[in-house]
Amino acid sequence: MKVMLVDDSKTMRSIQRNILIQLGYKEIEEACDGQDALSKVSAFAPELLLVDWNMPNMDGVTFVRNYRALGGKSPVIMVTTESEKSRVVEAIKAGVNNYVVKPFTPDVLSQRINETLSRTKAA
Amino acid sequence: MDAQSITAFVASTHQVFSTMLSLTVTAGKPYSCSTVPLFESEVSGIIGMSGDVQGMVVLSFPTATACNVIRAFTGADMDPSSPDFADAVGELVNMISGAAKAKFECTNVSISCPSVVLGRGHRVAQPSDATCITIPFACSAGQFSVEVAMKLAKSAAVPTSTSAAKAA
Repeated sequence: MKVMLVDDSKTMRSIQRNILIQLGYKEIEEACDGQDALSKVSAFAPELLLVDWNMPNMDGVTFVRNYRALGGKSPVIMVTTESEKSRVVEAIKAGVNNYVVKPFTPDVLSQRINETLSRTKAA
Repeated sequence: MDAQSITAFVASTHQVFSTMLSLTVTAGKPYSCSTVPLFESEVSGIIGMSGDVQGMVVLSFPTATACNVIRAFTGADMDPSSPDFADAVGELVNMISGAAKAKFECTNVSISCPSVVLGRGHRVAQPSDATCITIPFACSAGQFSVEVAMKLAKSAAVPTSTSAAKAA
């Protein structure tokens, strides 16, 4: 499965990449902000995206809106420090499928990924 | 700044260090930022807050502590002058600030992308009209501090810390 990590922090992308590798995911692409991600989604065609909210140039929610508007159908998990209910609702309205609040443990990220992929298969 | 706001930052720092670094931190007694600090700041991660609450959060370390903390966070030894080291410090202050602001349920607060300052004995100037408190912490990696300067915007409701409210 192809997974795209979108986060302006290289450290956070590296942490997420290591967790994904442990879970058996091998095809992983990284993007440092929403703009970078938009420029890579067509060529990479991710089947799952993990997206941060606060990023320079283009934030995560704007990216998700653009990705959906362009016809992107793959599930998106928002991985962010933004945990207020109003933010979660805004993200879901933009097209986010699931939500992980930083800081997170590998188990939580793994659980959300499995949950999201199961829901997508069932739909 | 009220006790609930300080509690929110103590809780968020504890949460970030225990979850992401497997380090248990102990908070000391908070003191005014105008007091002589307990250690010389050599590495600082800075986040701005805007919206209903305006101000700044500064996570400061001596270099040796910062190196220990970043090793626990990333699993790698890093040169403090490398961009990856600054990136990791920035991500830590981002998570601490984000988790703390989430406890202010009555407020609409945005946080900026982080900046990182390196240099012996530097001092981050805080807004003069904001209350500024330094919260000292200690853990097995060494001592560090979280400096919080904040004021309520004129139109904002008083922030309420969820955790403090639950504890009361």
